[in-house]
Amino acid sequence: MQLQQMYQEIILDHYKNPHGRGLRDPFDAESHQINPTCGDEVTLRVKLDGDTVADVSYDGQGCSISQASTSVLTDLVVGRPLGEAFVKLDAFVELMQGRGQVEPDEDVLEDGIAFAGVAKYPARVKCALLGWMAFKDAVARSEGAEA
Amino acid sequence: MTTTATPLDVATVRADFPILGRTVREGKRLVYLDSGATSQRPRQVLDAERAFLETANAAVHRGAHQLAEEATDAYEGAREAIASFVGVGSGEVVFTKNATEGVNLVAYAMGNAATSGPGAERFRIGPGDEIVVTEMEHHANLVPWQQLAARTGATLRWFGVTDEGRLDLSDVDELVNERTRVVAFTHQSNVLGTVNPVAFLAEKARAVGALTVLDACQSVPHSPVDFRALGVDFAVFSGHKMLGPSGVGVLYGRRELLEALPPFLTGGSMIEMVQMASSTFAPPPQRFEAGVPMTSQAVALGAAVEYLSAIGMDRVAAHEHRLTEAALRGLSEIPGVRIVGPLDTVDRGGAVSFVVDGIHAHDAGQVLDSLGIAVRVGHHCAWPLHRRLGAAATVRASFYLYNTLDEVQALVDGVREAQKFFGVA
Repeated sequence: MQLQQMYQEIILDHYKNPHGRGLRDPFDAESHQINPTCGDEVTLRVKLDGDTVADVSYDGQGCSISQASTSVLTDLVVGRPLGEAFVKLDAFVELMQGRGQVEPDEDVLEDGIAFAGVAKYPARVKCALLGWMAFKDAVARSEGAEA
Repeated sequence: MTTTATPLDVATVRADFPILGRTVREGKRLVYLDSGATSQRPRQVLDAERAFLETANAAVHRGAHQLAEEATDAYEGAREAIASFVGVGSGEVVFTKNATEGVNLVAYAMGNAATSGPGAERFRIGPGDEIVVTEMEHHANLVPWQQLAARTGATLRWFGVTDEGRLDLSDVDELVNERTRVVAFTHQSNVLGTVNPVAFLAEKARAVGALTVLDACQSVPHSPVDFRALGVDFAVFSGHKMLGPSGVGVLYGRRELLEALPPFLTGGSMIEMVQMASSTFAPPPQRFEAGVPMTSQAVALGAAVEYLSAIGMDRVAAHEHRLTEAALRGLSEIPGVRIVGPLDTVDRGGAVSFVVDGIHAHDAGQVLDSLGIAVRVGHHCAWPLHRRLGAAATVRASFYLYNTLDEVQALVDGVREAQKFFGVA
């Protein structure tokens, strides 16, 4: 059934027990992203330690897809070098924009591969990318603040 | 509400709508409950548009060849049919691309009144003046007024909404006062289904010399509406929500107001005489229809009102009343479902929005979609209203003449299914 393809167990698990949720101090930059079609929102903070993503904390309200994908994001990027985090971000964006035609690499995306089914539903792609766009924006802001 | 009319025969009606016969999502029968966003079109409307294009297509109000004459006749014939459908004169009906453009037309024309001749004085607005809207407006009847206020220095004020989803009229005499220039409000909320007391508000506005602008997008398609009887100055509605095409909407304006209102968009068709340095403008409605208009769409909208009139709007309203009653009853019996908007069918139309505890609207909508049920999810272009209701997003089912009680039951069953899927039942 199509529904199970979209709502993989991994997604529902992250939705019910989100990782890294809650806004924490200290942080270098914060981003607030809104999905104007449904009103979902996320506030996300990034703390960098040199070139390493020291912490990602977030709060928001939204559907299972947006909440779960933000939870997966924290698993994938916290504790990693920025360069590696952005490789994962690019891979996740490519997967989500692939209309279900992109084969995800589990070594890069880990739990993120569960979102492959979501990519077949264009209306939900924005949901899956909400937290990731906030991460990208927050990193850009922290770099802007340093410069 | 007339409930004595002979019930309409839904099976016969449905046979006119080819799209209702299709399946979606791996062979599920389509249950289309999103007519509040856009309605489906019967063969009669599709055929009328095609017939026009195959036999009489030409640019209207220009050219003297036979096709130009026939096209103009068809376009103006549609205007007459639509005008009579809402109880007004054909010279009071302006074709716009949609209802949103209609509201913008009035708002921008009022802004233009500051630099127009003395005839336009009654539309002038500036610092110290007030524009009154409501908290239940669709963005289309809110943002243009915010912008007009921002451009002119006028103040935007609004009626609140009660917990039951009705307009809070307790401060009506304070809100609508001698400083009020415009009272813009919806006839029927696209989220709550609430039908507002139009004649009462129009009377309050008239008493202080303010203009009324009615958003009739959710009322004209679903019940008998007579703008003159309601006493409003301006009203807008869309073609695509009433069995007609997208790309055509209607602005109604009382004739004497349209006569004095400055233009919004300018260019071809809307002029009286043009010289290099200046121009004079055509009388309404042409003054507000710059450029070659949407023609086949207007003709098809004329066919849509003929289709609706042949069935009878009282019967359409009675049918939707039964569907709404069943939906309110079925949904409110489900533990964990909260309906936003009136729980009874008094002064209430067929949009039923709700939240399901523990399930985001998007997720509930996805389960319904997997069952073939098309509903709207989100804030339905009424974000401030959702904030007021304490809901980030809702699921909305909206009904029309082609929906059945079985489809209402499918919705109710589908919501229970969603609860099961997400483990909240």
